[in-house]
Amino acid sequence: MSRYILIQSKSPWESGDVGHFYALARELGDRGEVTFFLVQNGVMAARTGASDAGLDGILGGKVRVLADDFSLRERGIDAGSLKKGVGSGAIDEVVDLLAGGAKALWH
Amino acid sequence: MATITIGIMDPPYESANTPTAFRLVEAAIRKGHNVNVFCYEGATALGFAGQKPHANAVHGLSLEEEDHPNPKEWVKSLLTFAGEKKVKLVWCNCGMCVDERGVENQVEGVCRGSPVDAWKYSEASDGVLLIGTE
Amino acid sequence: MAKYLSIIDSSYRATIEEQDDTAVWFTHAMKNGGADVSILLRGDAVNYAVSGQDAKGLRFGARTVKGPDMVRDIQAVIDKKISLYAVADDLAERGIPASRLIPGVEQVQRSAIARLIETHDRVLSW
Repeated sequence: MSRYILIQSKSPWESGDVGHFYALARELGDRGEVTFFLVQNGVMAARTGASDAGLDGILGGKVRVLADDFSLRERGIDAGSLKKGVGSGAIDEVVDLLAGGAKALWH
Repeated sequence: MATITIGIMDPPYESANTPTAFRLVEAAIRKGHNVNVFCYEGATALGFAGQKPHANAVHGLSLEEEDHPNPKEWVKSLLTFAGEKKVKLVWCNCGMCVDERGVENQVEGVCRGSPVDAWKYSEASDGVLLIGTE
Repeated sequence: MAKYLSIIDSSYRATIEEQDDTAVWFTHAMKNGGADVSILLRGDAVNYAVSGQDAKGLRFGARTVKGPDMVRDIQAVIDKKISLYAVADDLAERGIPASRLIPGVEQVQRSAIARLIETHDRVLSW
């Protein structure tokens, strides 16, 4: 089974294109193992209460969603305040997937 | 031990992509992987030796007190770190991009290459990530 | 040898750079070196597939700038047998009819992107 690492660096409020990337993650999730890694302003959608139907649509499904621990800390977002289904993860997670041959897409 | 190739495009200080790329490189080295970094366009200035630190009047700090390294220092530090970890870090600049920007004077250990070299790095890698720019 | 998919999203960014568009140029250079590459234009970059683009006429003081010739460069990609896809949904959203496309550009639905990624070994997200 193919493995994918999709890295979302933008928030849905700075790029109208973010929703398409969530949708792509969901579609790839039907074909392989997908880790969706929120980094930089991408983590802005991960707070409980953040209004982002696109992210909410992939939570609790086949896609594993992680938010970069440094990006969270940099923005004062506690790991405990994340939406259900979003885990806090280190950048090492991305490295492990790359080292294991996962296909990587940056957005 | 795996080999990872990372493409970077953003110039120093302009994007959060840069610290993320440096973090990825650091983490990969720390985990014992070989890393190829290919800098395209503005990212070729990351290793430019002419960068100078400065005092920070807003912080009220002198040059020494501010003690803030320029990106070239991060490049040097990562190359040293790779040596300590006994892994290979290739830091390769797109040569044409270097010439266009006049940043030929690079810190020691940085090399020049072409898109074909980037492709060859990629072919010899377990994983590849291109961090595109806006 | 791995199959590469260049997904080009960022566009009209480097008008005064000689090799604009730099992602198209890079992918073409990889092909010249022997790589197996395809290009997917998405987002605003689908406009690269449009005929009639003209970036000539820039002048800064006494110096003129040739400007990129995207129609030439896209045509060269097609002539080089590099598969060139454009997302049909993105074309439609931007009001670009099929009749305006450079011959040889293949339209794919947005829902087909996952399949395209699946059938390539490596993705370059520009």
